[in-house]
Amino acid sequence: MDLARTEVSHEGTQPVKQAVRPARTARGSAARLGLMAVPVAFFALFFAYPVAAIVARGLKIDGAWQLGRIGDVLAQSDVRHVLWFTTWQALASTGLTLLVALPGAYVFARFDFPGKQVLRAVVTVPFVLPTVVVGTAFLALVGRGGLFDELWGLRLDTTVWAILLAHVFFNYAVVVRTVGGLWSQLDPRQEEAARMLGASRTRAWRQVTLPALAPAVAAAALMVFLFTFTSFGVVQILGGPTFSTLEVEIYRQTSQVFDLSTAAVLTLVQFAAVVAVLAVHAWTVRRRETALRLVDAATTARRPRGAGQWALLAGVLGVIAVLLVLPLAVLVQRSLGAPGFGYYRALTREDGGAFLVPPIEAIGNSLQYAVAATAIAVLIGALAATALTRRDAGRFVRGFDALLMLPLGVSAVTVGFGFLIALDEPPLDLRSSWILVPLAQALVGVPFVVRTMLPVLRAVDGRLREAAAVLGASPWRVWREVDLPMVRRALLVAAGFAFAVSLGEFGATVFIARPDNPTLPVAVARLLGRPGDMNYGQAMALSTILMLVCAVALVVLERLRTDRSGEF
Amino acid sequence: MVGTLAACGSSSDDGDGSGSGGSKTVTLVSHDSWAVSKDVIAAFEKNSGYKVKVLEDGDAGQAVNKAILTKDNPQGDVFFGVDNTLLSRALDNGLFQPYEAKGSDLVLPEYRADRDKHRVTPVDTGDICVNYDKAYFGEHGLTPPKTLDDLVKPEYKDLLVTENAGSSSPGLGFLLGTAAKYGDGGWEGYWKKLKSNGVKVVDSWEQAYNEEFSGSAGGKKAKGDRPLVVSYASSPPVEVVYADPQPDSAPTGVADGTCFRQVEYAGLLSNAKNPEGGKALLDFMLSKSFQEDMPLNMFVYPVLKGAQVPEVFSKFGPQAKDPQTLDPAKIADNRDQWVKSWTSLVLK
Repeated sequence: MDLARTEVSHEGTQPVKQAVRPARTARGSAARLGLMAVPVAFFALFFAYPVAAIVARGLKIDGAWQLGRIGDVLAQSDVRHVLWFTTWQALASTGLTLLVALPGAYVFARFDFPGKQVLRAVVTVPFVLPTVVVGTAFLALVGRGGLFDELWGLRLDTTVWAILLAHVFFNYAVVVRTVGGLWSQLDPRQEEAARMLGASRTRAWRQVTLPALAPAVAAAALMVFLFTFTSFGVVQILGGPTFSTLEVEIYRQTSQVFDLSTAAVLTLVQFAAVVAVLAVHAWTVRRRETALRLVDAATTARRPRGAGQWALLAGVLGVIAVLLVLPLAVLVQRSLGAPGFGYYRALTREDGGAFLVPPIEAIGNSLQYAVAATAIAVLIGALAATALTRRDAGRFVRGFDALLMLPLGVSAVTVGFGFLIALDEPPLDLRSSWILVPLAQALVGVPFVVRTMLPVLRAVDGRLREAAAVLGASPWRVWREVDLPMVRRALLVAAGFAFAVSLGEFGATVFIARPDNPTLPVAVARLLGRPGDMNYGQAMALSTILMLVCAVALVVLERLRTDRSGEF
Repeated sequence: MVGTLAACGSSSDDGDGSGSGGSKTVTLVSHDSWAVSKDVIAAFEKNSGYKVKVLEDGDAGQAVNKAILTKDNPQGDVFFGVDNTLLSRALDNGLFQPYEAKGSDLVLPEYRADRDKHRVTPVDTGDICVNYDKAYFGEHGLTPPKTLDDLVKPEYKDLLVTENAGSSSPGLGFLLGTAAKYGDGGWEGYWKKLKSNGVKVVDSWEQAYNEEFSGSAGGKKAKGDRPLVVSYASSPPVEVVYADPQPDSAPTGVADGTCFRQVEYAGLLSNAKNPEGGKALLDFMLSKSFQEDMPLNMFVYPVLKGAQVPEVFSKFGPQAKDPQTLDPAKIADNRDQWVKSWTSLVLK
């Protein structure tokens, strides 16, 4: 999800538009189609086809489409209530997240302070953690007996506030990375110049910085809206049974009530909403391609000066400490509840209880799945990004760019059930194959890879490729000698994010993971699903391990990020 | 990395050989509470010559729905884990084919269902009951409730937490228990009283038991403040078995007059690829060794006459003497409507 450097970094080096010569066009589009064939086939087979199959199962009765169901379902007051709540809470969550995280974006962009790299990784940890872990952690903060309760007798569980705060917790990093990433590359001298010319501080900010930032803010807001609009685990765990989003309702109708036609209608509604959000997102991304003067982020940050700046830094750190670090700290504290790391030691025992294997093996499983999922996501994502970068990419291709993001907005239960009924015949009977888990995880990983790679690839000056081609290099050689060295780091960052996202992926994995190979999040959920002190403690211990693995992966990414060699 | 992937692939190859050597593998599809001791399953594999592969499919409702969706081309041979509250959905959708497992005649008669067609085999039983936190009632000098009627009394105001009947199987079981006890004309009135007596409803058993309930290990840590929870009769022994060190007595108890009896069934899937293996597996699930192994693995009671239960189990989680029961046909006819009425009555 490194939306930060992603969509931002290319604007400074807008390649010169090339006149495409007719002779090259045919070859160009053939190459583009070739590049796109694999990602298109992948998404057709592992996303579109399964989702279409499960929707058809709900809406097609005895071979006839029951499109009248759409009207029937939408006419129900319960459904309209769910729609209203889904939209309302997503808008409120987005607003609140911007409010809380924008000062953070500024502080990360403009200030230098010890531990900044680590802190940036820490605030990203919530984003890649599974909701089952986050829900439990968050309940420990705002729930009964949580810290707020002990200090001020304040309890927020089963109120909408718990949902909103948890959404801030989850999406803080989206804003910090997307907006902060661009902010750190804006040349502060522009604002200073405006002030020298007599503009007040506010006016300089409003007329110089804000217009430059606005598209990034819009993109971040839309991503937060997308994630909160499709919120599942947070709403289910913190909201209690009275609050329901579309995603929760789709899950309930499919998984519990078994009303597939209602579920299908709701899936289509969510689909339409997500497509609309993505369309607006694609538009804002394109709008950002107006030229901005960008500078190396390393030169724009400095130590805070004056009481005001120190107070701002302290305020942001305080918010991070209370909203982001505390819930995570509670997990750690609870995992240490037994003397002598008892819960951790118990993870290595095989007791024939919740698992066929010692829970600790879930770590190995998760890592293996995540490696495979990362390999798939990077392959598919890199091919797609390369195809999308080509200058001759038309509207169809740009549409494809938005389509690649769709898996982020389609319910995991829909995809999971779709896999079950669509991928059930040879040669594609994958239902009991281990590859199913990495495939499902890769669906969620690809958008992050594409978003990370695309801007970097676009920033590669097309004239370099041209020159290499003129000198007789084959397209493969051009890619290897020109593109690869420039995108290697972006590729690593993309791989790292796909890896972290795979590690934390829960919704789809839980449908298809096998009992002898549970992943970390699945093992946590299963331990939480059983009574008894040891099970609860082990769940906390496994969550802590998962959190540490994610944190380490993200810290490594941060190092890659700031180790600049000039191409950004 | 190639090495890791290869290792990952090869470790699962043995299970996927259903194409050629498939007849030697029998696949069990179950919900995620499935558990069995290693030596017990190994003995079955040795004696029968079949290798058992298990696929777990989420919670009970989800697993049944998935099995129905894939019934034309099922993922396995035997499905385990459809209970009496969902039995009709499975049977009406043609999930199972008939097979009378060896040992069916030794099953206690009250657990047999679908007797003329033998499409399902009862495997285990358990009671959904209100659990209470012994410490809370001790400290407050209050007698724990015993019956459903007790729960609406003023001294138990704001003490009970239960699960959403629309999304949780103990929640549904508790609702069915009240419907069985008070009948079509009375259960809604009972829930109105329960609501004004401050019953709290959460979505899942995990939340109710591990977060809200003050008597469980998880709930104590989470500082749960509800000393009454809808859970299972077998929850108290679990609190003992999974505690380290093990206490002499369970920290929780069961309100015996609040119980609803659940029975779980297994069956041979309609289009099973290895029906012979499936039959052997069903026979095994009714064998004494499996039935006696279940309590400490799945925290349920055997259905077989004469099967012994471990002492910790019978001591801290005895079966209810007179649980509420409902005819599966009656459940089938009313379940959806009851859940709907319950939802608008209690949640809105």
